[in-house]
Amino acid sequence: MIDLKIKAYELRKDIVTLIYNAGCGHIGGDLSVIDILVVLYYKHLNCSPETIDHPDRDRFVLSKGHAAEALYCVLADRGFFPKSDLDNYSGFKSKYIGHPNNEVNGIEVNTGSLGHGLSVAVGMAIAGKMDNKDYRVYTVLGDGELDEGSIWEGVMAASHYQLDNLTAIVDRNNLQITGWTKDVMSQDRLEDRWAAFGWYVITIPGNDVDAIDRAIEKAKNIKGKPTVIIANTIKGCGVSFMENQAGWHHRVPNDEEYAKAMEELEAKLEKLRRVS
Amino acid sequence: MNKIANKQVICDVLLEEAKNDKDIVVLCSDSRGSASLTEFANTHPDQFVEVGVAEQNLVSISAGLASCGKKPFAASPACFLSMRSAEQIKVDVAYSNTNVKLLGISGGISYGALGMTHHSTNDIAVMASIPNMRVYIPSDRFQTEKLIRALLKDEKPAFIRVGRNPVEDVYSEGNVPFEMDKATILQQGNDITLIACGELVIEAKRAGEKLKEKGINARVIDMYCIKPMDREAVVKAAKETKGIITIEEHTRFGGMGSMVSQIVAAQVPNTRVVNLALPDTPVITGKSKEVFKHYGLDSDGIVKSVLEMMKNGQ
Repeated sequence: MIDLKIKAYELRKDIVTLIYNAGCGHIGGDLSVIDILVVLYYKHLNCSPETIDHPDRDRFVLSKGHAAEALYCVLADRGFFPKSDLDNYSGFKSKYIGHPNNEVNGIEVNTGSLGHGLSVAVGMAIAGKMDNKDYRVYTVLGDGELDEGSIWEGVMAASHYQLDNLTAIVDRNNLQITGWTKDVMSQDRLEDRWAAFGWYVITIPGNDVDAIDRAIEKAKNIKGKPTVIIANTIKGCGVSFMENQAGWHHRVPNDEEYAKAMEELEAKLEKLRRVS
Repeated sequence: MNKIANKQVICDVLLEEAKNDKDIVVLCSDSRGSASLTEFANTHPDQFVEVGVAEQNLVSISAGLASCGKKPFAASPACFLSMRSAEQIKVDVAYSNTNVKLLGISGGISYGALGMTHHSTNDIAVMASIPNMRVYIPSDRFQTEKLIRALLKDEKPAFIRVGRNPVEDVYSEGNVPFEMDKATILQQGNDITLIACGELVIEAKRAGEKLKEKGINARVIDMYCIKPMDREAVVKAAKETKGIITIEEHTRFGGMGSMVSQIVAAQVPNTRVVNLALPDTPVITGKSKEVFKHYGLDSDGIVKSVLEMMKNGQ
């Protein structure tokens, strides 16, 4: 059994390095969502490089598409494509661009324009119900993304069609590009909002792989309604000077910052390896 | 003269095909009645998805269904489908290349007195400008049937606009020449060319007949395939006739006429093209026929434009 905590920190190093080398990327959101992606891709999703076209595979939609670097690093590590493919990330003619691109192995649909992924996932879940398939559909949303009205159209429909094969996970890092979500557009009583629409709501510490694992497992057993996991995360999680800073939404670390970030992540990894 | 709305034909074809193809799914945004799809919803409830008055959701859900192997037909008034869900069409359908067929119903000005909120006079411009999106506007029930059957055989995105009201037949039973993505030549002629689409094809056809009486041989083309446009037919017409008049139920900016003009300007620049279209203002209130006549889009208006064009020299 792979140690998910260690995996998440190893991938943090990949993400920070990818962005440092490419000179672009959404580092803050990548680091807040990575634990969720790790738990999904290394524990729950029955989708592998061998089954990417299998009709019974679980579906994943990264609705907060700007966290593409985190997804690419996970997919590369899971063997969907060679890690060396990312050497030209965001470069001339690269298909590995700043938002998920379904020309890339393992990516179902293009995202990046906020507010689309949940409704696409609803369509996937309805298709599963129509065909009596057992696959599950997962989507990860940003909390800033919840400002989009189209999200709430999807929330309504998922509940109306009782899509218990659908799990939405909100990467609740409380920050969006301008600043705190509470200042930009309040997401006050977020749990109540989803619950009022008829969803089963689970709130967890969102950078805790064990809590994420338990919540996803629990969602599988909720019948008759979709489940949302409000994952309270830290934007920039794992690199002290990036944490909870709106400025690190898509800033690129300079040489000194890169070295310091890698040092911190390596130190954390050593600690985790000692414990395991 | 038969009067059946093109949207009714779409329902009939889908009703029949859905019996044998369980992957055909129809989605409506509280629009099943206006789309003439109530019968489909009642006959195939397991292949019908209602999303409520939520056009963005309509398109994204369709894309999700298509990505799982379904063949969704999303029906909503063309005005809302092409504008309110333009983003979802661009990203979830065209860019993701999902097999979603978008049925823009009650297109053009067919909502009449309901006004500009309900008219779709720029749907061609919006849809055609999206990479990987095809645009079709069939002229009558016979062509609509052929088109829908052809579209059922492919797995690519497409936007299809049909009007609200019953339209007169352009073709007749057993005489429906149709080749996918090739314009249909309704009348041969070498004096001048009329290129029309949708409900105005019948007006162009009539204009062609009226011109013949005046000794002018017009070539009349039904350009139901707006994108990909039949470039060959356009270039041929530009080379073989003295001028082209386009007729469409759309603003003059970015419509079928603009696209014809672009092709002619690049390949046969000496041939004149005149675009007959709706004005760059809210259209007047009236029934389609009245509005077409007012803006010179009916057969008499087309004849007048042809005579002016010929008088002014090419």
